[in-house]
This record gives sequence, structure tokens and C-alpha cells, in this order.
Amino acid sequence: MEKSYDDTNTEKSGLRLKDTELRLGLPGSESPEREEHDQNVLSLKSFVSGAKRGFSDALDGGGKWVFSGGSGGGSEGLFSPRRGGNNNGGNDLSGSDSGLGGPVLKDGVAPKPLVVQEKKSQVAAGNGNTAPASKAQVVGWPPIRSFRKNTMASHPPKNDNDDDNAEAKFGSGCLYVKVSMDGAPYLRKVDLKIYGGYKELSSALEKMFSCFTIGQCGSHGVSSRDVLSESRLIDLLHGSEYVLTYEDKDGDWMLVGDVPWEMFTNCCKRLRIMKSTEAIGLAPRAMEKCKTRT
Amino acid sequence: MGSSELKRSKDSVESARWSSFPDEVLERVLSLLKSHRDRSSVSLVCKDWYNAERWSRTHVFIGNCYSVSPEIVARRFPRIRSVTLKGKPRFSDFNLVPENWGADIHAWLVVFAAKYPFLEELRLKRMAISDESLEFLAISFPNFKALSLLSCDGFSTNGLAAIATHCKNLTELDIQENGIDDKGGSWLSCFPESFTSLEVLNFANLTSDINFDALEKLVGRCKSMRVLKLNRSVSLEQLQRLLVSAPQLAELGTGSFSQELTIREYEELESTLSICKNMHTLSGLWDAKGIYLPALYPACSHLTFLNLSYAALQSVELAKLLAHCPRLKRLWVLDTVEDKGLEAVGLNCPLLEELRVFPADPFDDEIVHGVTEAGFVAVSFGCPRLHYVLYFCRQMTNAAVATIVQNCPDFTHFRLCIMNPGQPDYLTNEPMDEAFGAVVKTCTKLQRLSVSGLLTDLTFEYIGRYAKNLETLSVAFAGRSDWGMQCVLGGCPKLRKLEIRDCPFGNAALLSGLEKYESMRSLWMSACNVTMNGCRLLAREMPRLNVEVMKEDGSDESQADKVYVYRSIAGPRRDAPPSVLTL
Repeated sequence: MEKSYDDTNTEKSGLRLKDTELRLGLPGSESPEREEHDQNVLSLKSFVSGAKRGFSDALDGGGKWVFSGGSGGGSEGLFSPRRGGNNNGGNDLSGSDSGLGGPVLKDGVAPKPLVVQEKKSQVAAGNGNTAPASKAQVVGWPPIRSFRKNTMASHPPKNDNDDDNAEAKFGSGCLYVKVSMDGAPYLRKVDLKIYGGYKELSSALEKMFSCFTIGQCGSHGVSSRDVLSESRLIDLLHGSEYVLTYEDKDGDWMLVGDVPWEMFTNCCKRLRIMKSTEAIGLAPRAMEKCKTRT
Repeated sequence: MGSSELKRSKDSVESARWSSFPDEVLERVLSLLKSHRDRSSVSLVCKDWYNAERWSRTHVFIGNCYSVSPEIVARRFPRIRSVTLKGKPRFSDFNLVPENWGADIHAWLVVFAAKYPFLEELRLKRMAISDESLEFLAISFPNFKALSLLSCDGFSTNGLAAIATHCKNLTELDIQENGIDDKGGSWLSCFPESFTSLEVLNFANLTSDINFDALEKLVGRCKSMRVLKLNRSVSLEQLQRLLVSAPQLAELGTGSFSQELTIREYEELESTLSICKNMHTLSGLWDAKGIYLPALYPACSHLTFLNLSYAALQSVELAKLLAHCPRLKRLWVLDTVEDKGLEAVGLNCPLLEELRVFPADPFDDEIVHGVTEAGFVAVSFGCPRLHYVLYFCRQMTNAAVATIVQNCPDFTHFRLCIMNPGQPDYLTNEPMDEAFGAVVKTCTKLQRLSVSGLLTDLTFEYIGRYAKNLETLSVAFAGRSDWGMQCVLGGCPKLRKLEIRDCPFGNAALLSGLEKYESMRSLWMSACNVTMNGCRLLAREMPRLNVEVMKEDGSDESQADKVYVYRSIAGPRRDAPPSVLTL
């Protein structure tokens, strides 16, 4: 089943290259249906399931954001590389590009999933870029009464692991960053300080996400520095490829291995093992950034 | 005589016997009938029985306040003393219904004041009620005894003050999870010194501090008090003092369970709790500190309902507590207890019938905690009598659900919420169709079902085909085409409430249920593919249905964003706000 979705989506990617650029297939999106369905609204329906992630980038600074017929065109502003850290919750369907791009409405009739910012920081629309510190959520989901929502929000349950919400912490001799992997239901955390370099990091991640194996193939650009040019986690089960990426201080997503290890540990905020089809747009920018830095 | 003649003569003898049956006797017999469904059936037998039933009925249940008008109710039932009314569609709990939608109680109260001056009980769910209405209620009904408000809004603590001040015979004040404007706790001090009749007091979901002195005196003089649910502002020490004067309590909702206590104070609390031998329901335990939980152990021996849904317990704490609750039938917890905590449930609570697991942190999907399919499976192995479950989780598998229903085939209410919309079986990556297929095939008594996860139309084929007793179905982010909804509307003979959001069901699906909707209480569809034209067609074809559309700002003209369809003998309502179009 997984294969068929991937195949279909790869086809679509082939047909519409533009749409593969930093585009997302959202969880629950079923691409075969999309083309068949009379009203293209189904495509939007399936987007809703990924509302948390995809829509957030298009938010206009708070309040409700609603699709309207006209706003569908020109998808660049609406979708950007998937936010890091957000779990797919085990949904591999989302990994491949849908080929539909943003919420492009063919027949003009679209359902309107309501998306509301529930966290404080906002993301400007059309940013194209990411570093979303907040998440968009679907109105009224999960279905919990306001009273309970408000109570839990104002008095969060005390957990022993209170540092779950903290980002990379410096000092005190450890440097924890969250690691998420597309398709894995849980986040993990690693202490970057304990690794000597990229190789150690990648083998640690290999053990952590143990159903995947790492192979190293090819090298990206030649550099005399300690570069892990491409680390790939090859998923034997699913047959798709992953790349290791990280979010830097500026909120940009880069391929791991482009910069020296020390520089990397200083600027890495979180890690994400993402599908390589997603990461297509990353490489050029990473190289650019590298150039401007060096 | 031929057989048909024989039959006819028998019939006439029978009917002669019926018509001479004294009304008083019939009424007396019917007055013993409590279930409103039985009463509805009785009223359909013949005219005499219809009349006898309406004269003997003292409690009326109205599941949709717009299905009937207060005048019609008053005309049919002259002797009502207790009313239960439900208003807004259930999705209003999740902010999907616009403000000022309606369901205002006031028009009802005005009619009741004229026709039922001896009204004693009013139980409202999802109604809008203002302080003025509460005051009107308090002064219009001298014999008023019981007020219960759940998921209502529009009022403040001032309204409660009016109730406390004027209702001299009040036995029950039950304020649960409402959108109340909490202006302070002084309302509680409004109960007069001479007032002693209170049996049920629930203010657990109010936030303000109350005057503890007034509360202590109130509890002290209300000797028949059996239900007391405190709010968070009441401390452990204060709880202990209250319990000393009310050891007879059957239901206790504690306040905050985390004050710093000395050893002596702790021991006092423990010994006071140990004399509460009647306690069968325990709730509250806000901010519960694990170290104080053992004080509860002696009071738990007869506990049948434990509501920990506001107490973020860890698995070990829960396990220790449950070891003292062997008779537990209903358990509500937060998912902080994790799978290990649920394993303890399976081990310690063989009589368990109902389990609800709420998410402590529903909006953070980066969480590494919470419960998984393993916890649910563990409970199912240990609790074969389980028939009601509400389970919020972040992962589930088809195989797990199949195991669960195999262990517990008697489910009547199966509400599974996989919190990430459209998420498949996380091990196989397949849709969750087979899970819900297993539920409907195995659990023949199923009355209520909430589905989630990645679902194709197959789920709905299963539901339509197998769920013969299903009355309520909630669907979100599911299905592939109109066919799914058509299957449900074409099957499910007992369907009464269908609520759907964010699904690819359109006009064809909506219109396939034309005849069905008159046998249902209501249909809700939001963020689906239904258009205004489809709704207009429905309204035109079915004049006895009210078809209401709520539009979103800036949405397409032709799109019917939110549709609410319900049967009514009162005709279209006249109090709809501008955002609600009645077609």
C-alpha cells in the first residue's frame, strides 16, 4: 500500500517539477482520489489532516485563516518546507510530494478548514521560509471541551521530564537537541556534546531509529574539512531514502554535514531525518549559505 | 363459526374490555413508567393511552430544544415537574458553532412559569442561559429544587447568587463544565442561614475562591448532603474540616490535593477520610501530590467511580491507588498515567465497565508521553466487562483494536480519538478501516461510535452493514467519497445523531438520507463538500426538517460551510442570528 502511494506521487512529481519544490504531501492525502474526484475539494479535505503543519506557514499573523476560492493559486507562499519537529505521527503517506502543490483550487469550490493559532508566536504569511515557533491547529480538534482545554493550559500537569519543551540548551555541559524522523511516532533527544563528529552522531541516530540503516554514498562537494557530505538512512522496509537535516539559529533547514562539526554543534537547534524527496530544495540553499559564511 | 368470525368477535370483546378500563388505574400504572422511550411507545397505542400517558407524565426530556416549542410541550403535558433540555449541536463544545447561535432558555422559562408553576427540576445541556433568566427562574418557581447545568454558557456567578438567595427548597445545584463568567465566590454566601435542604452541591469547575466559612456552615447545617464537589480553591486542610461534618457523603470532589501538610494534619485527613464509608464516587484531586494519595486508600474500598481526569498522576501512583479500589466500575484518567498505568487498571479493576483517558497535552504532538494501543489492550485483557470507552491516543493499530473487541465484545460506547487527523495504523501504514470493522462486527450492542485515523469508505461500508444498534456516530477527517456517508445512511436502522466534520461527503451523500433524517434527531456536517444548492434541495423536499446553514466569513457563496439538519414540529426557528440561514 505504501508503495503505491509513493509510486503515484513520484509520477506526479515527474509531471510537475515545480510542485515538487518544497511541496508537501500532507498526511492522509490520497493522491489517486484527488484527480478522480469531481470537485477538487477532496484535495483540500486531505490537506486538512495535515493542517497543523502545512497551513501554519500561510497564517497571516493570527486569528482564523480560511481558504477562499481565489487564494489558492500560487502555492509558494502557502507551503514551505515542512516544519521540523512536528511529527507525522507515523504517517508515511505524507512523505512524498503530492504533486498538487498548495491548495490550488481547480474548480473554485473549496472547503474551508479553519485553522487557528493557538500558540503565541506567529508566522508571517508568504514567508516561504520556516522557523515556525508556533503551530497551526485545526479548530475544535482534538475534540476536548473548552473547560478542560483551559484548565490544562493554565495548570499544565507536572512531568518529571520538564525539559521536553526546551530547545537546545547550552551550558551545563550538555547540548540536547530534539531529533524527529518522518514516519516515526516519537521524538528523541540527543546530546550533541557527547559526539566527536558526524560519524558518531549518525551511528547514534542509526541505533536510535533502529529500524533504519545508514549507508553512506557519494560525496557532495569536495572539502578539506570534516564533512559528512551525505548521510543517508536507507529504509529497507519502505524503500525510500532519508537525509539528515538540521535547523540552524536562523531557522533555516540545512543538510547535515555542510559545515565543520564545531560550527554545526553551535548552531544546530534541532535535527530532522526527512525524506530526501522533501529535501530537494535544501541543498542549493545550504551551499549558498556556506558560501556566504566562508 | 368460521375462524375469521371467531377472531372478529374476540376482537370486539377485547375492545370492550379496553374501553371500560378505568382511567385512574391506567394512569396509576403508567405513572410507574420512568423511561421516556417507554412512555413514547405507550402514547402511540391508542387515544386513551395517549391521554393517560400525558396526564401521568411528570418528567419531560427534550433532546433538541428546537424540535418542539414550549407551548406544544405545555399543551400536551399538563403536569410536568421536571424538565431536561438539550440545545446546541454537540460540536459547539469544540467551538464549531457560532456565538449567539441560539438555544436560549428564556422563552421556555416564561411558558413554564405560566404553565408549570410547581416546576421542581431543570437540567440543561448546551443551552444559553443569562443571569436574568436564572433570577427569573429563582423567583418564579417557589418549589424549585434541582438545577443542573452542563456545557451551558451566557451566565455568571451572579446568576448563581440569585438561585442561592431565592430557592428556599433547593436540593441540588450542579454546575458542571460551563462557559460561566466567574466573578467571584460570594454567591455561595447567599444561601440563607435558615437554608438546610441542599443535598447536591457541585461547584468544582468554578475558579474563584469561595468564602470557606460560609461553606463550612452550609455543609454543617445541610445534614442530607450526599454530593459535594469542591473547586480548586479549597485546600486539603479545609477539606478535612468539611468532611468532619459530612462523613455521610456518597460523592466527593476534593479541592486542591497538594497543600503542604504536617504529619499530624496528614493523619487527621487520613482518619477523617476513613470514616467516609458511603463514598462511591471520588473526583477533583487537582494537582494531586503522590505522597498524599495514600490518605485516600481507606475511603476507596467501596469506590465505584474514580474521576482522576484533572489529576496528572504518574503510572506508579495510579497503580498504588487502584490496588485499593477493587470495586471500581468507572475510571477517568489523564494520559500521564501512560500504558503502565493502564496495565495496572487491567490488573486491579476486574469489574471495570467504563474507561475514559483524556490527553494532558492535546496540542503538543511532539510529546513522547501519553498512552498507546498497548495500554488499551492491557485494560481489555483485565476488564472483560468494559463497555464504555473514550480513548485519546497518538497511535493505534488495527490488530490492537481487533484484540480489544475480542476481549470486550459488549461495547455500547466506543469513542476512539487518534489525535493526529488521518493517521494510519502506525505499524502497517494501512488505514484504520479494519479496526472499526472489527468493532461493529463484534460489538452488536454498539450504540455510540466515534471514529478517527485514516479511514476510507470501507469503514462506513462496515458501519452501515453491521452496526444495527448504532444511534450516534461521530466522524472527522475520514472517508473518500459520497459512498461512505451513503452506506451509513442506507444502513444503521437506529441512527439518531450523525455528526461529521472535514470529510469529502457532498450533496449526493447529503441527499441520499432524505427519508432517514425524519427518523433522526439531527445531522451535522461541517467543512464537507455540501453546497447551498444541495441544502436548498433538501429543505424543499423535506418540509418537516429544519435545514440551517452557517456561513464562514469570506467563504465561497455556494459553499455550505456548516449544515445542521433536524426534525421539528415547531417549524423553522425565529431566533436565529444573521450568521445562520434557515432554508
